[in-house]
Amino acid sequence: MFPMFGTQLIDDYARHISDEKQTSVLNGAAAGTAKRYQVLYQDYADPDALRRLAGAIKDHTLQHLGTYLSQAEQALTARGVQVHFAETDEDARQTILAILRQHEVTRLTKSKSMAAEEIHLNAFLIANGVACLESDLGEFIIQLDDDIPSHIVKPIIHKNRREIANTFLREGVAADYNDDPQTITRRARVFLRKKYMDAQACITGANFLCADTGRMVVVTNEGNSRFGLAPVPLHIALVGIEKLIPGERDLAVFLNLLGRSATGQQLTVYTEFINGARAAGQADGPEQMHVVFLDNGRSKVLASNCREILRCIRCGACQNICPIYRQASGHAYRSPYGGPIGAVLTPLLFGDRFPEFADLPKASTLCGACNEVCPVDIPIPDLLLRLRDKAKRESIPSPAAIPMAPFATLATSPALWRTAMTMSKAMNYLPLQIAPIKPLQDWLGQRTLPPSKGGEFRKWLKARAKPEDRRTPRSQTEDRR
Amino acid sequence: MSRAAIFRKIEAATAAIKVKAARPDYAAAITHAAPKLAGGDLLEIFARNLAAVSGRTMRSVAELLAFLTANKQCHGYCDPALYERVGAPLAAAGLTVETAYDRTRYDDYQFGITQASGAIAESGSLILDDERTSRRLAALSPWIHVAVLEPAAIHRTIGDALAALGASPNIIWVTGPSKTADVEGILIEGVHGPGEQIALVL
Repeated sequence: MFPMFGTQLIDDYARHISDEKQTSVLNGAAAGTAKRYQVLYQDYADPDALRRLAGAIKDHTLQHLGTYLSQAEQALTARGVQVHFAETDEDARQTILAILRQHEVTRLTKSKSMAAEEIHLNAFLIANGVACLESDLGEFIIQLDDDIPSHIVKPIIHKNRREIANTFLREGVAADYNDDPQTITRRARVFLRKKYMDAQACITGANFLCADTGRMVVVTNEGNSRFGLAPVPLHIALVGIEKLIPGERDLAVFLNLLGRSATGQQLTVYTEFINGARAAGQADGPEQMHVVFLDNGRSKVLASNCREILRCIRCGACQNICPIYRQASGHAYRSPYGGPIGAVLTPLLFGDRFPEFADLPKASTLCGACNEVCPVDIPIPDLLLRLRDKAKRESIPSPAAIPMAPFATLATSPALWRTAMTMSKAMNYLPLQIAPIKPLQDWLGQRTLPPSKGGEFRKWLKARAKPEDRRTPRSQTEDRR
Repeated sequence: MSRAAIFRKIEAATAAIKVKAARPDYAAAITHAAPKLAGGDLLEIFARNLAAVSGRTMRSVAELLAFLTANKQCHGYCDPALYERVGAPLAAAGLTVETAYDRTRYDDYQFGITQASGAIAESGSLILDDERTSRRLAALSPWIHVAVLEPAAIHRTIGDALAALGASPNIIWVTGPSKTADVEGILIEGVHGPGEQIALVL
């Protein structure tokens, strides 16, 4: 059914977004951009040098990924951690379920993880009889609403306090309606700590994994992964293979960039370094730890000409600054990864569904802001162009594209072009909006055609480019002699 | 099965990359936030940066006692190893101080006093090491967490603290109280963890 769409899916979504939702997204994203800028530039004379360094470290790691992954596996095993590998999303889900079954786990808490979103872990576990509760406040609300996150760092950026208060009332988290953000937070605190204490396991993602020691880093502001892990005997970490960095020393580069880029903080409140089950003598914390390394298309991305996207540390800065994201919201990207990062990552990661997502790389003005804010300096605009090229080469139809052949004929014949320009004034008087031509209507559905001035620019340029004009380029002047 | 397949695909992908970069060499200074490190001794810098993330630094048990009583937080937990120096004076002033944390009564504890294994001046972070924290939950479930810190254990930079991580299986850097801005971007402190983070420097 895909080629039948008259407009790009993302445009359709953006057009039907409610004013309320658009305001929430726009305000949240703009505030994120402002805070990031302030904190990064106040602390560093040259933040770009740090961003380039982070990108270079990640590039090096990805280029030697086999070596680092093997090193990490050995280090983790030596620390008593059980290491698993999942080639596909289904492999990961089954691996995690098998571990849970082995421990007879029926209820657990989950700390926010994009990798888990990517493989739809919650729904799968719940369908298999494991009560899996999201513990990050935003993700908790998403789960209550059976919604999907619309931002990597701020999952409920698209919701306002009134919607949340209604959700809490409807789902029995609160006994009455109260939309004060502090009250909402306190109510979640009371509700969730009972769940933490009652859980039998905790699933987390990982922000970084150091190949030299196998030390994993999980950051949260709320303390939810810390609280989720403290009372339970079992920890399962789902880690994308691109999360590796060579050594612990490199964390100074990445931690300083992550907090500032994501939320405008020097460091996220809780930076947890996990390297195995709890210490001897410690009464709290898991007795057993598992790491599930997830490929799910990443090795294919590594083999592509867009491998730079694997540098991503999931800060959301490119989402905050993107003019398209701000208007369309993350949901328009139809994947856990919205915004510029998603426009590149989604079509690549779900490669067998590339045609379905081929519109995403076109949802960009190529303004370059996403690259300028990226903490690992990913050339996102270049990657978007490479994906547009891929779509063209694979002849994936572009909805609402008009045939370019007539334009090519016009543009290669100066005489025809002049005639067309003069004639184009006539278009102002044609009832284009009601012309029964399907491609034209689709095209106009997405664009507003400015009134034609009928070759005014050519006349203006001709009048201006006289030989005595000093600003006339020399080559042009010489040609005339 | 998955393991071999993943490594095979990674090898094929990386073997095709013609120009590979060496691991970047860099001076630690590139990561230092100079304005955060300016002025004063390590303790002063630490206290200033902790205050910037709405944490508190206290210099005596008397100061802590005054804060707890003023806020009517009179029941808590204290690491047995710190009882003599911190817990006992609070108990003597009439506060209820337990040295065993009972997880079935997690909401009874209004404050928790545990040992910090260090701190980071640059970021105002407290370092809690599993091997030196008596109970993880006692540092997490009470509204007020008091981390007892020795001034000599303060690292200057984040990089210095990373170099000194050691072999503990669980270390956490706590930079201020637990917080969220998930609801309309409004900052709220005390989400799942403590709403008050205190460094008690002794």
